Amino acid sequence: MRIGIDVGGTNTDAVLVEGNEVLASHKTPTTADVGSGIITALENVFRGSNHRPDEISAVMIGTTHFTNAVVERRRLLKSAAIRIALPATQALPPMIDWPADLREAIGNHVYLVHGGYEFDGREISPLDEKEIREVAADLKRKNIRSAALTSVFAPVNGKMEERVAEILREEVPGIYVSLSSEIGRIGLLERENATIMNACLQELAITVVRSFRDALNRLGIVAPFYISQNDGTLMSSDYAEKYPILTFASGPTNSMRGAAFLSGAQEGVVVDIGGTTSDVGALAHGFPREASAEVEIADVRTNFRMPDLLSFGLGGGSIIRQNNGHMTIGPDSVGYELTSKALIFGGETLTTTDVAVAAGMLDLGDRKKVEKLAPGTVQAALDEIHRMVEVAIDRMKTSADPIPVILVGGGSVLISKPIAGASEIQKPKNYAVANAIGAAIAQVGGEVDRVFMLEGSSRDEALAAAKREAIGKAVEAGANEETVKVVDVEEVPLTYLPSNSIRVRIKAVGDLTVS
Amino acid sequence: MRRLDEQEIRDIANGSAILGTGGGGDPYLGTLATLEAVTKHGAPQLMDPEELSDDSLVAFPFIVGAPVPGVEKFPFGNELAQALRTLEDQLGRKVDAVMSAEIGGANSMIPMSLAVRVGIPVVDGDLIGRAFPEIQLTTLTLHGIHASPFALADEHGNGVVLNVIDNFWAERIARAVAIEFGAVCVGVAYPISGKQVKVATLHRTVSFAGRIGKALREAKAAKKNPLDAVLAAADGVEVFRGKIIDVERRTQRGWAVGEAVIAGSDRFTNRVARVRFQNENLVLMVDGEVVASVPDLITILEADTGAAITTENLRYGFRVAVIGIACQPIWRTEAGLALAGPQHWGYEVKYVPIEQGAGAA
Repeated sequence: MRIGIDVGGTNTDAVLVEGNEVLASHKTPTTADVGSGIITALENVFRGSNHRPDEISAVMIGTTHFTNAVVERRRLLKSAAIRIALPATQALPPMIDWPADLREAIGNHVYLVHGGYEFDGREISPLDEKEIREVAADLKRKNIRSAALTSVFAPVNGKMEERVAEILREEVPGIYVSLSSEIGRIGLLERENATIMNACLQELAITVVRSFRDALNRLGIVAPFYISQNDGTLMSSDYAEKYPILTFASGPTNSMRGAAFLSGAQEGVVVDIGGTTSDVGALAHGFPREASAEVEIADVRTNFRMPDLLSFGLGGGSIIRQNNGHMTIGPDSVGYELTSKALIFGGETLTTTDVAVAAGMLDLGDRKKVEKLAPGTVQAALDEIHRMVEVAIDRMKTSADPIPVILVGGGSVLISKPIAGASEIQKPKNYAVANAIGAAIAQVGGEVDRVFMLEGSSRDEALAAAKREAIGKAVEAGANEETVKVVDVEEVPLTYLPSNSIRVRIKAVGDLTVS
Repeated sequence: MRRLDEQEIRDIANGSAILGTGGGGDPYLGTLATLEAVTKHGAPQLMDPEELSDDSLVAFPFIVGAPVPGVEKFPFGNELAQALRTLEDQLGRKVDAVMSAEIGGANSMIPMSLAVRVGIPVVDGDLIGRAFPEIQLTTLTLHGIHASPFALADEHGNGVVLNVIDNFWAERIARAVAIEFGAVCVGVAYPISGKQVKVATLHRTVSFAGRIGKALREAKAAKKNPLDAVLAAADGVEVFRGKIIDVERRTQRGWAVGEAVIAGSDRFTNRVARVRFQNENLVLMVDGEVVASVPDLITILEADTGAAITTENLRYGFRVAVIGIACQPIWRTEAGLALAGPQHWGYEVKYVPIEQGAGAA
């Protein structure tokens, strides 16, 4: 029996799951201390299900806490960015594309040192340990207690980052060290950006993970707990303390994974309709398809694993306007003021919720207030809502074939008719807590991103080696070996080169080993 | 001669992405590096080709190698100055100005990054007027002008000078050197006189890219149709519009080769377009007829934003407009088409000038 918890910016949701069954769920406002919201949610779940804390075998937590901290620039630790690359890469020093206020928030402590690797594993320069000890002395002098280490081609070889970490720990006792090889993919600047963000979250991570641990202890839950990552897999709570950035964007991922679980779909499109916006994403093998391009977080470009989402301005509070017979819906919304501004609540703004009530799709507020709406208007609005969803689904599909569509989120009541391009439409039960369910069912994964030179080895051998390595990483992270599967293989040839080199990215996932 | 401010540099980068016809590399890192160099060394000077004295010496810096290593070990810092020095040592004289080898994509930014470091101007023009992936595909080859001496350099200070018998060998040997330098490095090639610049290069294409980028930016700010703005600034024509319904890719001789299929919408409803690409978009066929082909420019833009989509980012579901821009007249000569026309890329189709193809479509 597992517990899934989603600590969002607004609500904390908890679910109790056994096998494929959701036994109980509860939603409560998120509290400033995080922990008491979790306790409230869990107490209600236990009360509603007649199960006891000692029956729980694992707890999975998803949280947006760290993303919000960076976006709001609060509780960030002063950190150093150390790039292991000289004499290469001087054209673009670390944090060059950061907003000035965020750079200021963590101090502008940038160091370039000798080292790094070429694409084929050769060293750019040997590591100069004396140089590293000088940097360490400077960090000590400036009282900087967290460092982000990024070496050129760290995804090919992470050894130099590890050695620099050892030296820093010797010289600066208690220093937090973040390694880029643990965080991102090929793309130096973007991987470095993510690593620096990780460094400045180190203290907050310890506080938040401790508050999770304390909350569970208070309820007598002794099972291990895990934190969900942005790719829909889990990390241990100890690892989350070191790499909180890997939780970024885990919310939408969990929501999509939850939708996949609730509907039983492995392939399909998930439409999560909220109050202001809708997120649409595609499922491949039950996991969200990942974005191929760089993703900006808090206005900083990163390249780590994020679900590929299309967001657009349609939700339960979207404002409907009519101009010369032309109707528009959103992108603005009355948001949390729905209960005062919508027509059905005595307000003066025509919203999508009013239309749903007028059409008899939803029983909410005072229906009499929308009786005077022209049937043509109601129909036109419903048509437009469906058209918007259809366009978004079509955009996220990978082929022209019809595909299952899974609707979740409070705003999914707006969809009442068949959708073009959908082979079937599902609105699963418990859709409102899909996030927490997604956390509860999360698996464990391993990933490899590497350049292979195909001289002396065939492409098949290279792919097989990479697959073995990804599976090994998943098992190391706690996956049950018998359940591990390769879920994603991406192969990109290195163009413009006579030698036959390919970049291979492979992901393997398996069920968590639960004792 | 005039100084370029940050806004103009960004406009040039954005315009160059459209002139990149789906390839040419992302100018993002190059733009950042240029702006960083500008902060340190001052704004670049842009000079009209007519302002050059006939006996001045001009050279062409660019990135050599593969895009993937280029995002880990970006070489456009001191490496550029090192390559220039290597070339100057070989020639026994200073280079007076640099010029873009390729206005489409990432190489549009490289001359500025170098020019501000060494304090010389950038000439307003280039050698292609678009993006091409091989060193010999330039107007200078058509004028019988050698790429060599051709200097390559890395971050350590290593420099190599190629003296090659023709520009095809330049391409082959430079790539072999690039592998040793970490699969990506910079080169400075085609040292020519001011007089040769005046007759054998494409003029004012940097300003052209800047005008396209500016039109795009201003249309967005004014909430006007960005596509119309791009077409007007680039003197382009919309040759198709619709939704991408299939993208097929494969690797051939180390190149990313493929085809995107677009189902027509608006005035192209019920018609199907196929864009064939090899790093760049090369041939557009509508209902089986060639509408546009290399060396004319074929760029796929996101229909709502006017943003250029690179060939590696083409995906099912994108709402796109395909625009065609006439190439520079020299590419339409017999020699130009023999060097870079559809047959060079292995397509058994006849070149159709965009004005003709678009009229028929």
